[in-house]
Amino acid sequence: MTEIGLGHYLSLGAIIFFLGVIGIFLNRKNIIVILMSIELILLAVNINLISFSIFSGDILGQIFTMLILTVAAAEAAIGLAIIVVYYRNRGSIRVEDIHGMKG
Amino acid sequence: MIVHSIFFYFFSVIAIFSSLMVITSRSTINSVFFLILDFISVGCLFIMVGAEFLGMILLIVYVGAVAVLFLFVVMMLNVAEQKQSWFIGKKSTHIPTGLIVSVLILLELLVVVGGWKYKEDLMSSSTLLLSEISNTHQLGLVMYTDYILYFQLAGIVLLLAMIGAILLTFRERVGVKKQSYLNQISRDPSNAVELIEVKSNQGVKVDD
Repeated sequence: MTEIGLGHYLSLGAIIFFLGVIGIFLNRKNIIVILMSIELILLAVNINLISFSIFSGDILGQIFTMLILTVAAAEAAIGLAIIVVYYRNRGSIRVEDIHGMKG
Repeated sequence: MIVHSIFFYFFSVIAIFSSLMVITSRSTINSVFFLILDFISVGCLFIMVGAEFLGMILLIVYVGAVAVLFLFVVMMLNVAEQKQSWFIGKKSTHIPTGLIVSVLILLELLVVVGGWKYKEDLMSSSTLLLSEISNTHQLGLVMYTDYILYFQLAGIVLLLAMIGAILLTFRERVGVKKQSYLNQISRDPSNAVELIEVKSNQGVKVDD
């Protein structure tokens, strides 16, 4: 219990990943919250990579984490831009109102 | 070792709680606040475990840029509702949440110094990287030599994201006066200056 090992960090990553996935599925309100859930998932992946990097003594995981951070930032910027354009055209970003593709 | 586990449980409980609040809270602004708290908690965990550079990147880039970008978009998209609940409305739900989140963030930033100090406990328990040079130094030694191509590719991804975001949200506004460089530099004296013969005791009528 008091000995913090790799398993604790992996469990934390798994819980945050799980909460992110649940957030995508449960959310019926607002598409921005879905983007935030994707950010949570990427954060969980980063926790996994960093804990493996630290506990196995290899710096490579931290470099991959940095690349994931880059891609996540780019994804957030593009996603928010798409949301802004969608709101400008339709006037709503509720998840129920987005059914243009009959999905 | 016990100190390290106390810090770990402190930050991870806050991280899990705030990620739960991100997906369940009623208003989107509160979700963004808790997303910021989540990033800060995990960043403190990274600093504590020995990945200081990435922890700082998470604090500065993520909290400072990405989460604030979320906040801007949320505030921009439902401006009418926000105005009522922030300034006029009787029950303002954002200010208490914001206060709680910011006090927690201050607490975490105070605590992480202690956690970082005791990271040696953790280090001794695992086979670790060369511990005489700092984390940032190690990262730079590998990233700018072996992985320079990936580093450049990350830069290109960011550039494309910037161009894409500008292109998506750009719109042509009508009725706004704009400077046209081509018209400016293609003026010549023959059509720019007009010589008018002025008769005495009469004005000049300039058509415009």
